[in-house]
Amino acid sequence: MKKLQILGTGCTKCKALTEATKKAADELGLEYELGKVTDIKEIMAFGVMTTPALAVDGAVKVAGKVPNHTELKALLSATK
Amino acid sequence: MNQPNKVDLSKPAACCCASPTGQTAYGAKKTPARLFRFIAMGSVGVLFWWLAYRNLALFSQWLTYTVLPFKRDTHLGASVEFFVYEAPKVLLLLALVVFGVGIVRTFFTPERTRRILSGKRESAGNVLAALLGIVTPFCSCSAVPLFIGFVTTGVPLGVTFSFLISAPMVNEVALVLLFGMFGWKVAGLYLGTGLLIATIAGWVIGRLHMEKHVEDWVFETKPGNGTEDDSLDWSARVRLGWDAVKEIVGQVWLYVLLGIAVGAGIHGFVPENFMASIMGKGAWWSVPLAVLLGVPMYSNAAGIIPVVQALLGKGAALGTVLAFMMSVIALSLPEAIILRKVLKPRLIATFFGIVALSIMLVGYLFNFLM
Repeated sequence: MKKLQILGTGCTKCKALTEATKKAADELGLEYELGKVTDIKEIMAFGVMTTPALAVDGAVKVAGKVPNHTELKALLSATK
Repeated sequence: MNQPNKVDLSKPAACCCASPTGQTAYGAKKTPARLFRFIAMGSVGVLFWWLAYRNLALFSQWLTYTVLPFKRDTHLGASVEFFVYEAPKVLLLLALVVFGVGIVRTFFTPERTRRILSGKRESAGNVLAALLGIVTPFCSCSAVPLFIGFVTTGVPLGVTFSFLISAPMVNEVALVLLFGMFGWKVAGLYLGTGLLIATIAGWVIGRLHMEKHVEDWVFETKPGNGTEDDSLDWSARVRLGWDAVKEIVGQVWLYVLLGIAVGAGIHGFVPENFMASIMGKGAWWSVPLAVLLGVPMYSNAAGIIPVVQALLGKGAALGTVLAFMMSVIALSLPEAIILRKVLKPRLIATFFGIVALSIMLVGYLFNFLM
């Protein structure tokens, strides 16, 4: 079970990243739980300064951008 | 896309992040064959770019008068020639600069910028922060986490503000458009004064010692370690630069064409001077009025260029128009709302007041100089 978290205060890019992550994870057949972190204090605790960001099992993997589909898949499968 | 000039106040969280920070799966393994391919492709690309750029004047004349049925020495013909020359020229310049800046930005992640600025003294720190504001990827929706990330790790408040002012205001898209449409003098003045405003306004805020007007919880925040810096190879940087071109040029090309179309209309037909009486040099009150109108508005740098083009063409004074442009892209109501999360009202008011005042002074300076 992977813990995926989208960090962001709710801008359009955050939604785009959520959708893209869902799609990539489904395609890889991962078992995962997708959560959102919208509180700025909690976001800061991850140490990111640019949103949206994606954390996999608590470690920040993407910050400040929405990676494309292949990148996301590579990233999610690399951290198996 | 509805009216392209519409100033959008409805989206405080409007995201403009075009920031290919190097924290993704890009940390590809270096293989000599791939590197060679990138260099080869790059050289061919630059050659094509240069050839296209050099031959634009000939091409535009050929297209206007040979392919299309326009006559030489007519207003309409001149307008069309102006448009088919300027539009590809500015787009080519834009692509090149965005590509270059995109690559430079892979070296300056916000994390690295923070490391550079952390613990820096004021004054020198303000200058450095203003300069780094140009090359660090930034978007207004990241202003809050960035602010917290900076001030909690030892970047002085005033230095942080220099960065926060310079990052949106000194914008590479605006710089290219100003250069392409009005020449290097206007572009240089915009760059120089933008940096000056960011430096001085940040320094003044630092001198005022307003740390207690930052929301208390900010300094209690314990920032985590964040992402590990991947070191990227050159092919990854080139790819990120190219991503930036696709993203930014994709976002702004319509505004650019619109701005040039406005310019073409003015170019072919004799400019009317009806703006001169209200926004010309003679009207001293036009500079504060332009800033007052511009401050609450939100628009990206490209969106404002058609307006700038139209105002200048109709006889408005350069300083007044630049002041309007800077106040639109540097300050906005949505930004104030976003920053309210971390700043108490008095600091927001001071921040907006000082920046608006500096922009006004720059406006007067230009009207006086040019």
